[in-house]
Amino acid sequence: MKLLISTFVACLVYSILLLGSENQLEVGALVVLAFVVSLVGKKMGLMEKLAVAVREHPQFPAYASVFGVLVIMLFFHNSHFALLMLATVLIYSIVCLGLNIQFGYVGIVNFAGAAFFGIGSYTAAILATHTAVPHLLVLFIAAGISALIGSILIYPVLRTRGHYAALVTIAFGILFRNFLEVNDTLGGPQGLKIPPFTIFGWNLSEGLDIGGFEISFYIPYLLIALFLLIASFRITRNLERSWIGLSMDMVRTDEIAASTFGVNIAHWKVVAFTLGNFIAGMAGALYGMMTAYVAPNNFTFADSLILVSIVILGGIGNPWGIIPAAAIVVILPEKLQFIQEYRFLLYAIVVILILLFRPDGLLPRRIREYFPSNKVGGQR
Amino acid sequence: MSAVSTMSKASPQKQILLAEKLTMRFGGVTALDSLDLHVNEGEVLGLLGPNGSGKTTFFNVITGLYRASAGKVAFRGEDLTDATAQQVYLNAITRTFQRSRLSLPLTVFDNIAIGDNRRLNTGLIFNLFQREKFRKEYEVLVEQVRQLLLTFNPKLADKIFEPVASLPMIDRRRIEICRALISQPDLLLLDEPSAGMTHDETAEVMDDILQVRSKIKPFTIILIEHEMGLIQRMTERCIVLNYGKKIAEGTYDEIVNNREVQVAYLGQE
Repeated sequence: MKLLISTFVACLVYSILLLGSENQLEVGALVVLAFVVSLVGKKMGLMEKLAVAVREHPQFPAYASVFGVLVIMLFFHNSHFALLMLATVLIYSIVCLGLNIQFGYVGIVNFAGAAFFGIGSYTAAILATHTAVPHLLVLFIAAGISALIGSILIYPVLRTRGHYAALVTIAFGILFRNFLEVNDTLGGPQGLKIPPFTIFGWNLSEGLDIGGFEISFYIPYLLIALFLLIASFRITRNLERSWIGLSMDMVRTDEIAASTFGVNIAHWKVVAFTLGNFIAGMAGALYGMMTAYVAPNNFTFADSLILVSIVILGGIGNPWGIIPAAAIVVILPEKLQFIQEYRFLLYAIVVILILLFRPDGLLPRRIREYFPSNKVGGQR
Repeated sequence: MSAVSTMSKASPQKQILLAEKLTMRFGGVTALDSLDLHVNEGEVLGLLGPNGSGKTTFFNVITGLYRASAGKVAFRGEDLTDATAQQVYLNAITRTFQRSRLSLPLTVFDNIAIGDNRRLNTGLIFNLFQREKFRKEYEVLVEQVRQLLLTFNPKLADKIFEPVASLPMIDRRRIEICRALISQPDLLLLDEPSAGMTHDETAEVMDDILQVRSKIKPFTIILIEHEMGLIQRMTERCIVLNYGKKIAEGTYDEIVNNREVQVAYLGQE
């Protein structure tokens, strides 16, 4: 428990320092520090000790992470940029949870993640501008439309396997962006404005002033993102720890053995693909409302690649890996502005180094335990 | 159906599986050539023949992995010729594979549990939101899997939550057989269970299967095997294939003394 709490405090302080630092040297020093700590930690077997500690307190990481996000939020209550980044990390994590169901469980690599994210944003733009649908409902309608448009792809994805299914999604991603650029109703290359999120007449983008405290307008969005992240996380977790997760794993690892034992391959691929796109669309709608603006340039193939790389970096199939991976992928390029154009080079090097030293990702997927506890199967 | 002498048993036997003029062509190759074959309820039927004689193809056609080019397959009178693999499984036919087809990263429990897919509730609401109900179903299955493993090998029951990748070949074969047995099938297709194992290991695994069979119910078995000792000990009746055709049928003694079988295996002298 001591180890867990000290790790948590260290991570929290580190996140605050990284988000708050504006000095170039500081950022550089922090990145180096992370590498040194992870190397030393590996030598001392810190990861194994942590894994044992987490096993004893399986609920700890979840509560600690939520608490950590809330602390960071309060710390930066009036700093727009830090909050925007934090919210972006959360929203990217939600999308990647969706992609993780597709990639990690049934094994469909979706290279059109940004397209489905974009469908969510555009749907939100149109619904919020032209209709009076309550904005909370817009999130779910946008998600549904994203899943619906995804079903166009289901037939070719079911007919193909592995790399070929991935090619189908790449083609769709490119097609989607080109469609947006030439479609004038959807704003063409300039994109669309999105009215701010309103709940029960309260405009979330106006910001607040409570008792002399100036509160950034990003905070309400952050809270919604946090709530959606917790919900999608729980669904992913229950999905993995159930017969559905088992069936999906069988589909990924051996289709022939799976169908011999009655697993309906097509059914599970459709479920995973649709659910993943639903979650991506939902996140896209929220992101669009938060940034108040959508344009085709936000949903390029490169953005889809970033989403897939978050899933791989975190550890394919492990929802816990996604959050730190999203933090690295979102925050590092932003914070490394000081080396200008070279920042993407450095960012790429970081990704390569991580995959070189931890090929299974930051937090590799563990063996399925349907009901983890410190007793059953804990003697090992 | 055919006039070939069936068994010398007194009681008239019910046929569980019937193949009529079953043909499977791959391009120019005819892997099964109008094969007529029947399996009696409750028997252990040996399926023999040199490599490439169509034994595994026969299993793949029966289990719906291949669609027959011509002919018919009926199971308990029901036409399964064009059935999918899932439909065949729902008719309580299960199988093992010649080359292990386990999912190595998954645990022993996971690999066996999927064999009981027929009785698992895979509804979205049940799995995602009714966790307490799910836990009950889960615990019942864990107990069933543990009991099955105990009959096979008590040591294996302790490794129920370990990944299959960490286990030796003989245990993997046991797990494959447990996966085929957990749903209590009516017909079990064993595709060369001795492949990759020593003589003693095979004997051990076969004894385990017979033990389970005497415990659960006398299910029917079709056994593809090259090892003649095993065929002699296990089977009541044998069918020999060559080039996709049936060349002999009868008891072990009858087929080993059959001239055509000797030629097929050893060639013309």
